[in-house]
Amino acid sequence: MQLHLRVNGEDREVDGAWAGESLLYVLRERLGLPGSKNACEQGECGSCSVYLDGELVCACLVLAAQAQGREVVTVEGLVDGDDLHPIQEAFVAAGAVQCGFCTPGLIMATHDLLRRDPTPREEEIREALAGNLCRCTGYAKIIDAVRLAAERAGA
Amino acid sequence: MTTTRAPDTPTRDRIAGGIGESARRPDGVSKVKGQFAYSSDLWAEDMLWGATVRSPHPRARIRGIDITRALQVPGVHAVLTHEDVPGRKTYGLEIPDQPVLAWSDVRYQGEPIVIVAADHPETARRAAERVEIDFEVLPPVTDAEAALEEGAPRLHPSGNLIRSVRIRRGDEDATADVVVRGDYEVGMQDQAFLGPESGLAVPDGEGGVDLYISTQWLHVDRDQLAASLGLTPEKVRLTLSGVGGAFGAREDLSIQIHCCMLALATGRPVKMMYTREESFFGHVHRHPARLSYEHGAARNGKLVYVRARIVLDGGAYASSSTAVVSNAACFSCGPYEVPNVSVDAHVVYTDNPPCGAMRGFGAVQSCFAYESQMDLLAAELGVDPVELRVRNAMGEGSTLPTGQSVRGPAPVAELLRAVHDMPLPSASRDGGDLRLLPGGVSNTTHGEGVRRGVGYAVGFKNICYSEGFDDYSTARVRLSIAAGEPIVEVHCAASEVGQGVTTIQMQIARTELGIERVVVLPADTGVGSAGSSSASRQTWMTGGAVMRACRAAREQLLTRALERLGGDPGDLRLEDGRVVSDARGPVADVADLIGDDVIDETREYHHRATFPLDPDTGQADAHVAFAFAAHRAVVDVDAALGLVRVVEIATAQDVGKALNPQAVEGQIEGGIAQGLGLAVMEEIQVVDGRIRNPSFTDYLIPTILDMPPVNMRVLELGDPESPYGVKGVGEPPTISSTPAVVAALRAATGRPLRRVPVRPDDIVALEEVGS
Repeated sequence: MQLHLRVNGEDREVDGAWAGESLLYVLRERLGLPGSKNACEQGECGSCSVYLDGELVCACLVLAAQAQGREVVTVEGLVDGDDLHPIQEAFVAAGAVQCGFCTPGLIMATHDLLRRDPTPREEEIREALAGNLCRCTGYAKIIDAVRLAAERAGA
Repeated sequence: MTTTRAPDTPTRDRIAGGIGESARRPDGVSKVKGQFAYSSDLWAEDMLWGATVRSPHPRARIRGIDITRALQVPGVHAVLTHEDVPGRKTYGLEIPDQPVLAWSDVRYQGEPIVIVAADHPETARRAAERVEIDFEVLPPVTDAEAALEEGAPRLHPSGNLIRSVRIRRGDEDATADVVVRGDYEVGMQDQAFLGPESGLAVPDGEGGVDLYISTQWLHVDRDQLAASLGLTPEKVRLTLSGVGGAFGAREDLSIQIHCCMLALATGRPVKMMYTREESFFGHVHRHPARLSYEHGAARNGKLVYVRARIVLDGGAYASSSTAVVSNAACFSCGPYEVPNVSVDAHVVYTDNPPCGAMRGFGAVQSCFAYESQMDLLAAELGVDPVELRVRNAMGEGSTLPTGQSVRGPAPVAELLRAVHDMPLPSASRDGGDLRLLPGGVSNTTHGEGVRRGVGYAVGFKNICYSEGFDDYSTARVRLSIAAGEPIVEVHCAASEVGQGVTTIQMQIARTELGIERVVVLPADTGVGSAGSSSASRQTWMTGGAVMRACRAAREQLLTRALERLGGDPGDLRLEDGRVVSDARGPVADVADLIGDDVIDETREYHHRATFPLDPDTGQADAHVAFAFAAHRAVVDVDAALGLVRVVEIATAQDVGKALNPQAVEGQIEGGIAQGLGLAVMEEIQVVDGRIRNPSFTDYLIPTILDMPPVNMRVLELGDPESPYGVKGVGEPPTISSTPAVVAALRAATGRPLRRVPVRPDDIVALEEVGS
C-alpha cells in the first residue's frame, strides 16, 4: 500500500505498508518519528497523542490509511531544531519528566489544552489530561508544568 | 515541600548543579522533544521482528510441538523451541527454575514455548498463531494454601514451598490484657510501567551478540544470558537503552534470551517488543498475600506480642520470592517495639502468574496488615490511632524482631506527629464542582450521602540488599581537558529507569571535583556491575561508587598540585576548575595540572556486611539500613454506591539527605500514586489461573483525576553510614500510603475492609445485602 501524508509540515510518502498498520506504526517504524510512544496501543494511555488535521487523536487508534492526504503534527513537529517549545521547557523545569514515556503525549495534550484555554484552573488541567497515564510522577509535577507553561505564555 | 535538616556538613566546593540542588536531568530535553531512544524505538538495517508463542493454559503437559506451518509463512526467518536453547535451558534470579522455552510442563498461562522471527511484526504474529502445540491440559493449582496441603500436585521437583521464614523473639506464649485478631488479603498488583518490554539484539558475526535493552541490572541479565546462550560473558555485551519505567518488573528477564537466540540463529538484528496485553504475561507481579495477625497489648497500649502467619503466592516460578518473603517477615510487626514476636511467612509455588519484585518488595503486604491491626487495637483500647502508634514507635537503638538494632535516626514518632499536625483540607466541596466529588462527572451525587474519613499509617523497609548479599556498585571516573576546559566522564552500569540516578552521578561528580562539565556515559557491561536499580539503593550504592572514584581522581590532582607547588595537602581543595589553597587562594588551574594527560580511576562501593537469617529464629543482623515514612489520607466516599475520591495525602519521610530535592519529591508523589492504586483500584484479576484484565482498559492505574494533592514534609536527618547521609527514597511512599487510604475509608464507612484493593462492593457490602 502506498500512502501520502503531510507530517510536521513535510510531504511524506510511504511505500509497501501493510493495510493494517496504524498511524502510530507508520510514524514510528516507517517515517523515523518514534517520539509518539507505544505504551498501550489500545487508546487508553494517551502516550501516542498527535494532531490529525488539528484534532488531538491517539495515533494507535487511527489507521495509517485514514491519514491519507491529511496533516499530522507529532511532538517532533512542535518546534524546529534544538529549541524547546515553552511547554517542553516547563516540563523539564518543573521536574515533570521521570522515565519520560508519557511525556510526549502529555506535551501534546497540554498544547491542545492551552490553545483552547490559556489560563486553565487546576480542575480543567486535570480533566484535560485525564486521558494520559503517567506511572512515575503521581502527576503533581505535571500540573506544575502546565501552570508554569501557562504563566510564561501569559507573561 | 518543607524540610527539616541535620546541621549541614561543610561542603568544599559550591558549583552549580552539585549535590543538594534540584539539578536538571541530562535526559530531560531529549525526552520532551521525543528524541530519547527507548528500547522500543530501536531500529537496525535488515532488522527482523520477534514474536512469542505462549501457553493458553495455566497448567498442562506438552505432548508435541509442530512448527511446520509457521515456517511456511513467507517472511519468516526462524522458529525456535527449547531444542534450540544453546546453553542452560532454565534461568532465574535466585533459583534457575524457569524454562527459557517450556519443553514438558507448562506452569502458568502465558508461559513462552516457541519464538519466531520475521520481517514484519504482523508476519511474526501470524506465524506464531500457526505453531501447533499438543497439550494435555491439567487442573491448575491456584490457591497458595491448597498448594501446601498434603497430596497437592507437586508443581516443581523441589516441591511447592519456595521458602519459609520463621521469626521467634521473646516469649512465644506471652499473654496480654487486650487482644485483637484479623485476617487480611492483598491482591495481585502490576507494576504497569509504560514502556513495554523491548530490545534489539545484534549478532557480531563472530558468535557473540550485543543487546540493547531495558533492564534494572545489566550484569545479572548478562550472566543469565551467557549461561543460556552457552557463551562466555565477554561474548554477551549489554547496553542500557531508554527505559520506560521499571518498579521491579524489569528485574527478571523477559525478551532478553529469546531476542538473542533469534539474532544468533538468523545472523540478523532482531527486535522484540511486547504489546500491552503481552506485557501483563511477560513480567512478574506483586505477590498476592493472606495475612493472619494477632496483636496483644497492655491496657496502656504498649504492645506485648505480635503473632502472624503470612502466605505469599509466588506463582509458577521463584523469581525473587525468597527475598520478598524475607522482607514480609522481617518487617511484619511494623516500625514498633514488640518484645515478643512469633511470625511464620511462607512463599509458595502455584500455577498463577509468577510474582516477584515490585516497589516495596514484601514490606507492602505486611504493612497493610499490621497497620490495620494497630487501628483495631486503638479502637479496642479507645485510644487515638496516632497516639497508639507513637506510644509503640521504634527509635534509634530499638531492637527489631530479628534482633537487629536500628542504627541511625528512626524518627517514627516524629513522622507520625508531622502528618497529624498538618492542616486538614477544607470540608467544603467547592461550590458543587462534580469533579471534586466521588463519581466525578458521572453525576452520581451532588454531595448527598458523601462521608469524609481520615486515616493514618506508618511503615518502613530495608535499603540495599540484605541477608549477606554484597550488592556493590562500580564507577569509573575519567578527568581530561577538552577545548581548554576540564571535563569529567562518569562510566557506570547503573540503570536509569526514570528515577534520576544519572542526574545524581553528575551532581556528585560536580561537587567532588569542583568541575561543572560532567558527562555520564551510556550504562553498559563494559564497566563493572552497579547492582540493581532496586531496593531504593542506587543513590546510596552508585552514589558511593562515584564519590569514591571522584575522590581518587581528586587525590591524584592534588598530589600533582603539591608536587609542583608544595604546601600542606590539607589546605588544598578543588573549586570551579581550579586548585584553591585556603591560605593562598587559587594556586593552579586543573587544566594546567592535567594537560594532555588523563586521570582515570575506577572504584567499587560496598555496604557493610549483612548476615542470613537464622533458619529457626530469624535472628540476624540482616539489613544495611531502614527508611521510614508516614501517611495521612483524607477520603470522601459515596457510601450508597461505594465510590471513592481521595481528597488529599499528607506525608512525612526521612530521606537522610536530599541530593536532588525535586527528584525526591517526584519519588514521593509517584510512590504514593502506586500505593493509592493498590488501595482502591489496582488488581490483576486471576480466575482459575487466568488473567482476566490484561489491558489498561481493565487494569486501572490512577489517572490525574484520581491522584489528589500531596502535602509533604521531608526530613533530612542524615544516615551515619551512607555517602552524604542519604537514605533510599523510592519505596517508603508506596508502603504506608495504602493502609492510610484504607483506614480513611473505614473511618468514613465503618466497614471492616480487610482486603485491598477495596472495591465498591466492599463499601456497600453487597455480599451482606445478598445473603
